Amino acid sequence: MRNIWIIARREYKLYFISPIAYVIAFLMLLIIGILFALALVYYSNNAFMMPMGAPDVTIVTQPFVFLMVLSLPALTMRLLADEQRMGTMELLLTAPVRDWELVAGKWLGAFLFMLTLIGVTLIFPIMLNGVVDPGIDQGLMVAAYVGVILVSAAFLALGVAVSALFSNNLAAFFATLVVFVVFWWMFDLAAGILPAGGEILRYLSMQSHFYGSMNRGIINLSDVVYFLSLIALGLFTGSVAVETRRWR
Amino acid sequence: MIQVVGLTKDYGARRAIENLTFEARQGEVLGFLGPNGAGKTTTMRILTGYMPPTAGTARVAGYDVVSESLEVRRRVGYLPETVPLYPDMTVFDYLEFMADLRHLPNADDRVAEVLDVVGMAERADSYIGNLSKGMRQRVGLAQALLHKPEVLILDEPTIGLDPAQVVEVRNLIREIGRDRTVLLSTHILSEAQQLCDRVLIINKGHIVAEDTPENLQARLFGAERVVVRVRGDAEGLEERIAAVDGVQDVERKADGGVEFRFAPGQDVRPQVARAVVQAGYDLLEMRPVGVSLEEIFLQLTRDNVGADASNE
Repeated sequence: MRNIWIIARREYKLYFISPIAYVIAFLMLLIIGILFALALVYYSNNAFMMPMGAPDVTIVTQPFVFLMVLSLPALTMRLLADEQRMGTMELLLTAPVRDWELVAGKWLGAFLFMLTLIGVTLIFPIMLNGVVDPGIDQGLMVAAYVGVILVSAAFLALGVAVSALFSNNLAAFFATLVVFVVFWWMFDLAAGILPAGGEILRYLSMQSHFYGSMNRGIINLSDVVYFLSLIALGLFTGSVAVETRRWR
Repeated sequence: MIQVVGLTKDYGARRAIENLTFEARQGEVLGFLGPNGAGKTTTMRILTGYMPPTAGTARVAGYDVVSESLEVRRRVGYLPETVPLYPDMTVFDYLEFMADLRHLPNADDRVAEVLDVVGMAERADSYIGNLSKGMRQRVGLAQALLHKPEVLILDEPTIGLDPAQVVEVRNLIREIGRDRTVLLSTHILSEAQQLCDRVLIINKGHIVAEDTPENLQARLFGAERVVVRVRGDAEGLEERIAAVDGVQDVERKADGGVEFRFAPGQDVRPQVARAVVQAGYDLLEMRPVGVSLEEIFLQLTRDNVGADASNE
């Protein structure tokens, strides 16, 4: 556990000196902020025509997870690919650290950075709570944010796994993007179109586990299990990928 | 400290090393000498637990490199050929990170200590990306020394350094080698001669010779070589030298010097000097010639001495 923490800590610090992380954080907050402001304007202009009431936290979480699909590959691409490119993988693989500890540490570092970013976005629901009377639905907010955290953790785990396969950041970025798109949209799309197997495909789709429940204020054990399995899958695949590097 | 038996490694269809067997004793500096692509790095990577061998076994500090890899890695300091550094970290942070990974108590003190050893104390807060090649090499070496490893494995530790830095790093290695086992690879024979107690010559994945540097040279050539230089035209010098008893293989070099050999123990240099002076030449220089690695390889492959040498 200690090794995981040591690696995670270095990775977390590295995000704060890397321009990419700042650009991503800035763009995410900017876009979410603009959409948030637009939503507020929209709701206040149409207040009479919308009897179902006030905006809730989903005006933040919905664009947030969408932006994660596009931007998290840039956060995870270099995690292991860059070590390979710089030759520092040799350092880590000859240090007394197990392969899975390395992968888990990398993931944890990225996850802590995302948690920080998610923490910053809490200003939006807090602001919303101030302008909406009698305040926003707290239960929905908690559930939606648990969903956002789980979605980001799962994405990051998949991203670490893909990064372990490459020694080129750009290749890792695009491959990760493809994996994200498949898990986020393609399974869902296929479930709607194909005559058979809809149940399985819909279960595999990340979207349905987020929009279908947590973003509506429901935390199902099966959804949590789904995201935890994705994290496990990502970390396991990443560890195997690092280990097979040794055999090449 | 290092026992290697029948070590073989294939990269796909290409065999990088084949059936290597050797050992390094405690407190010994063992040199790994060979041209690029001979299999030096591959062997070192196996010994450090970076990758497993295709066949054969290797034990380092008493532990198997495959089944007890973590134990081996705890006891080995490794400087890979391309020094693995994070350019966006400072020297101190980098070494502290490595010290933490090795769970060293009082990591900060230990980092300050090794920085002193490699002479980088005043650059502790510099970013690694801003350091010169020689300084990076020293940071890499500091990283390998952090945990006072029982075995130190250095892959071409002086490559790319300027001459002054080479001398520094060599002194450092000699210092360390007094009480640690050091395995270092190089393709510079003089480096092996200066640093190593024993040398393994490896070519195309095979060990072609194994001995002390002095013995290797003597056995391969069976003679010492000397070059003589005189002022002006050296017309007829070869004949004069060849006439001296005990002189062999007189040869005129392209740069005007004349080279000859004599059997070890029969130093004929005084006689040659006298003969040259008596013949009316102005003797400018007479010095022993070192044997280059290229010559050793030529010798080993041409005369098949390698087979004899490694069988002894």
